[in-house]
Parts: sequence; C-alpha cells; structure tokens
Amino acid sequence: MLELANIRKAFNQGQHNEYWALKGIDLEIPPARVNVLKGPSGSGKTTLLTILGCLARPTEGRVRLKGEDISGLPERFLTEIRRSTFGFIFQQFNLVRGLSAIENIILPGYPTGTPRARLVERAEALLADMQLSHRRDAKVEWLSGGEQQRVAICRALINDPEILVADEPTANLDSKLSAEFLAILRRLAEAGRTVILTSHDPLVVESEVVDRVYSLRDGQLIEVVDTRRAWP
Amino acid sequence: MSRPSDRVLAFTLFAAALFAATFVDAGIRRDAHEPALQRTERLVEDLRLSDLVLFTEARYTRHLSQADLHSAFQDHPVALEHFPSGSLLPPPALLLDRHEPLDREAAPSD
Amino acid sequence: MNRWIEKQRHLIDFTASSLARRKGKSLGLLVVYTLLVFVLASVSLYTHALRNEATRVLAGTPEVVLQRLIAGRHDLIPPGYIEKIGRVRGVQKIEGRLWGYYYDSVLKANYTFMVPSDRRIAEGEIVVGPALERSRGLAEGNGISFRAYSGELHTFIVSEVLAHESELVNADLVLMSEADFRRFFAYPDGHYTDIALWVANPQEVRNVGLKLINALPDSRPILREEVLRTYASIFDWREGMMLALLSAAILAFGIFAWEKAAGLSAEEKREIGILKAIGWETGDVIAMKFWEGFLVSLLAFLLGYVAAYVHVFHFEFALFAPVLQGWAVLYPSFALTPKIDGLQVATLFVFSVLPYTAATLVPIWRAATTDPDTVMRS
Repeated sequence: MLELANIRKAFNQGQHNEYWALKGIDLEIPPARVNVLKGPSGSGKTTLLTILGCLARPTEGRVRLKGEDISGLPERFLTEIRRSTFGFIFQQFNLVRGLSAIENIILPGYPTGTPRARLVERAEALLADMQLSHRRDAKVEWLSGGEQQRVAICRALINDPEILVADEPTANLDSKLSAEFLAILRRLAEAGRTVILTSHDPLVVESEVVDRVYSLRDGQLIEVVDTRRAWP
Repeated sequence: MSRPSDRVLAFTLFAAALFAATFVDAGIRRDAHEPALQRTERLVEDLRLSDLVLFTEARYTRHLSQADLHSAFQDHPVALEHFPSGSLLPPPALLLDRHEPLDREAAPSD
Repeated sequence: MNRWIEKQRHLIDFTASSLARRKGKSLGLLVVYTLLVFVLASVSLYTHALRNEATRVLAGTPEVVLQRLIAGRHDLIPPGYIEKIGRVRGVQKIEGRLWGYYYDSVLKANYTFMVPSDRRIAEGEIVVGPALERSRGLAEGNGISFRAYSGELHTFIVSEVLAHESELVNADLVLMSEADFRRFFAYPDGHYTDIALWVANPQEVRNVGLKLINALPDSRPILREEVLRTYASIFDWREGMMLALLSAAILAFGIFAWEKAAGLSAEEKREIGILKAIGWETGDVIAMKFWEGFLVSLLAFLLGYVAAYVHVFHFEFALFAPVLQGWAVLYPSFALTPKIDGLQVATLFVFSVLPYTAATLVPIWRAATTDPDTVMRS
C-alpha cells in the first residue's frame, strides 16, 4: 500500500540548529490493517506520520503509494492525492469552531466541487453510522470530547479515503472512549481501509485491534511487531 | 438546510437589483423633470440670469461668474477665504486666467 | 464548469458562515463601509448632477455680459456706453441690465433685486422668488417693506411668486419695475449695472470680446463660455473641504479595514491550517478569502450607492446640502435631475471594491502557503 525507502527528514537544514528527525527509515504499510507508530516523544513518529500522510515531504528518500513514487510530485498533485486518498484525525481534533457538526464534516469535500446535496447525504450517513445523527446541527464547541472525536472521524471519511491517518487520537479521551474509538478503527480496517496512527498510549499499543506496531527511537525504526494475527 | 451561500447570493442579487432600479428610476425622473428644466432654461433666457442661487452669503458667491477681481475677503482668486463655499469651488476660471500673467509680471525677478 | 461553480459556492458557504460567526464585527464593518460609500457616492452624484444641470440651464445665459471696472472694482455703466458698443461689429442685440443686492437685516440674507426685461411689473409691485415666499412667509397679495440705503421704508405688494421648479436660478430674486428699482437704490438715471449682449455668429464671440476690450479699455466682458466653465468646475470636490474632511474618514476606515482584513487572528490562522491539512489547496484558501473581501465590499458598494441615490435625488441631498452650500441663508430647495455618469459610478465601484478585496488577500497569501503539516506540529 505505502512504502517508504530510506526516508530522512531534516529541520532547519543548513543552519546551526539543523536537526534530523528521521534518520533513514524503510517500512511498508500493508492495506486494510491497523498500524501503530509507537515511541517516546521526540522519537520522530509524528514526523513520520506527516510523511506517510503526504502532509510533508521527506528531505531524502522515496515514498511509494500503490507502487507509484509520489515524493517528487508538485504541491498541487500532492494535495489532490492527500484529499482523495487520505483522511486525517488530529490530536486536538482540529474542528472549525462556530460551524455545526455537519458543516465540519463536509469541509474536505469543498475543493472537490462535489454537489452539496451529495456531501450532506454522505455526511448524514456517516453521522448515523457513528450514532451522532441527533447532534447534526450542533456547533462543534458544544459537543463532548467523544462526540468531537467521532465528528473528526466522519470528516476524515467524507471523501471516502483508502487510508486513515490519526495523530495521538486517544490523547484527549478516557479509557472507555478510547476503547470505543479503537472499535471504530477495527470496523474501518475490516471494511478495507488502511489505518495508521501514532500513539504512546499502552491502551492503544497493546490493544487487540492493532495489527502491527512500529517502534521508533531517535528517528530510527527499531522494531516491527505483528501483533494480532498471522499474515496471509 | 438552507445554504449560506444561497442566502448571501440572494441578498447580493437583491442589492444589485436595487442598484439597477436606481438607473431605471433615474430615467423616469429625467423624463419627468424635462418640462420643468425647459421652463427653467426659458426663465434664464428671459431674465438674462447668469448664475445659480447656491451661495447667498456674499455677493461674490451669489454671482460667481460676475465676481469682482478684488472683493472683500477675496483679494486674490486663490486666497483663503472667509466663507466655506470658497473652499468648495475654485475661483472663476476667467479670474485665474487673468491673474496668472499679472502674477508673473509682478513676481520679482532674481 | 459545473464543478467549478459548485466549488465556488462551497467556498462562499464557508466564507458566509465564518462571517456569520463573527456577526458583530462583520456587520459593523459592513455598516461603516456602506456609510463611507454612501457619503462618497452622495457627494459625487450630487455634484455631477448639479454641474450638469448648471451647464444645461445656463446655456441660455447672455453670450456676453459686459462689466465696467474702475480701479479694479465693478462700477456702473454710464450713459452713452451702450451706444458705443452698438458700433462694434458682430453685436446683434444689446441690453442694459439693472440688478443689485439687498441685505435683509430681518433674515440676515442677501436678495437679488432685478429689473426684468421680459415683463412689465406695475410700480409698487414685486415678483419674488420661492425662497422669499418660504422664509418671509410671502404670498400673492402680501405687502413687504424694504429699507432703502437712504433709510426710508418702501412697501411693495407681491404680485406673483416665481415657480418652485426653477429654484436653482430664481430662489432669491425680487423683480420690480425700473422706476421702483431706480427710486429704491437711488440709482442714477441712464446708468446700468452691466450690459448683456448677443452675438450674431457664435464663432465670433471671442473676437467680439476682444474688440470690446479694445474699444472700451475699462470694460470686462464675461463670455457665456466662461460662465459655463465656472459652473463646470463648481464643487470640484477633489480640491474641496468635503474631501479634506472625508479623507480623514477614509484614512480611518482604511486603518480599520486593514486591521480587520489584514490582521489575521490566531483563530483564523488555525482555521487555515486545518483547511490545508484536510486537503484544501493554497488556491482554495485564497479563493475563499477573495469571496469574503469581494462580497463584503460589493454589498457595501451596492447598498451605499443605492442609499446615496435615494438621498440625493429623492431627499434633495438633505444631509450634506448645508455643508456644500456653505453659509447660505436662503437655501434653495431643488430636486436635481438624475444625471448619472457611468464612468463615475465605475470609478466608485473600483475604488470601493478593489482595495478592500486586495487588503483581505495580501495577508492570506502567507498564511495560505504554510505547510499543511503545521497543525500536527503545534
């Protein structure tokens, strides 16, 4: 699905405070699985996630999506790929305050020029799937943490992406909500979506819904463990 | 759900329609004013009038085009003026035309 | 194409709801902006229509008015002068005009006393302009006394009030017979205030003017062309006080708008970060902001212009007329003929819509080009 070859990423390159966040990573993300990037803070897992999600470009190395090299594509095409292939869930949820749940959900569909009626229809279906239909027109700042999380998931799914990317998704959730969230991820993976998340939460890393854990330290991949079931 | 853009565009269209309506209204009023305007033209001709009754505060503002070269408070066509109307309109062009050569002549040569 | 339109409508959706979220601020901005356009448009519509009306109405003014100057001051035309002019070639018709000013201490206003050449007014009677009807409460058949410079009171009966529709030119007129005029002002017989002349060939007017100066060196001919030029430049508000005052307001608004449009709040920056992260392109963000600036300024322009139009042509420019008309005591009340200059409206449009739209776009440029991963790194 996604392959990284010798990925290196530097910040402030060429300056006195040059810093290599990633120091040569090779990995392969299998399709329709739940993948977790694990590591202490500063290990480079979020940086790796931004590269996997096409939010940022590696300084060196190649990113291949379904066998196609995308690391050299210009910004426009990268945005296009990001929009159609990836859905994002952020640690702070990053919902736009003042807009209703449904308006937040359809935001990623705007640049595609999909008719509003179709977007709304899709969003309603997603809300129903997350048992949130009753909160459809509520402003997002009035929603509880769990509800915001589910709205964020809906928003990530509005363009029907193949890959779902989540950065520390359980950081703001209690154990019960985290468990619910993981169950949702499981369902998505079983429906054929690839899930990639970062976490240092043991609840996530040790969860049985996770298929594969990548351990990072100091910008290097130190261990890859297949946790759940045997690979076909 | 009524769409925000529909509301905004509808209101903008409404405003644009009002804008267009002012031009229609202007046309109608122009036609309606025409006879009165013609009568006014005739009155000007008949009474040999030369100026508009806009500023009645002083004689050189009442009959702008007939102003003296050296009325009180108007020692020079571009002098700062006592009455605010003076700041709203330049002095009659003919005064300026006439003053320019005078000013040039009067200027000390160096 | 449909996709493009749909996309723009989406962007307007977003812009509309972000404006709605900051209701007070957005509405305040729109109101102030509309007011500004209203003032600018009012002044510009009014002055344009007035200049137009002046040129149109004054086209019938005498081709040449001849004044006599003594020591740089306007003086009476002595007897025999008119005959001398009669000998200047090209002059078709000559007429001595009798007119002057009367200061009414009751109203502290100047009237224009005048002897009409087109009608006979019986001695002891006057015809008054509408401003006198209004301010002195005069009507047909009423009597009014004026104190002459000699100190004695003269009483006149109003025989007619001039038409209201021509107030722009007749508001302060008091027409009387020649005998009354001469008696009232102790105006010497055979003298005139100035001379109106008409020239047979319109192309000869300038030449006739020159010939007049040559023949009568103490004369000052005022050509119709010059009268019209005087009024064509009237309310040249670019040089006027109105604009000077207004420019302060424009500047204040400029700062306000810049602050509002250019200063992106942290909240807005965060939003743009989110939009970029969820797949909006730089161009989408900019287009969205463009709609915000464009729609706000377009609405302000349309509403301000319409309000200004109604103000100038339906309410006689009531708010600013006193300012533009200076310290006039006898305000003429006239409904201007709506004469609208397309170019002027277009200029107003460009100057009200363009700068604001640009001001909203400039800061967004930098914010919109931030890397989409910034949200993750904060």
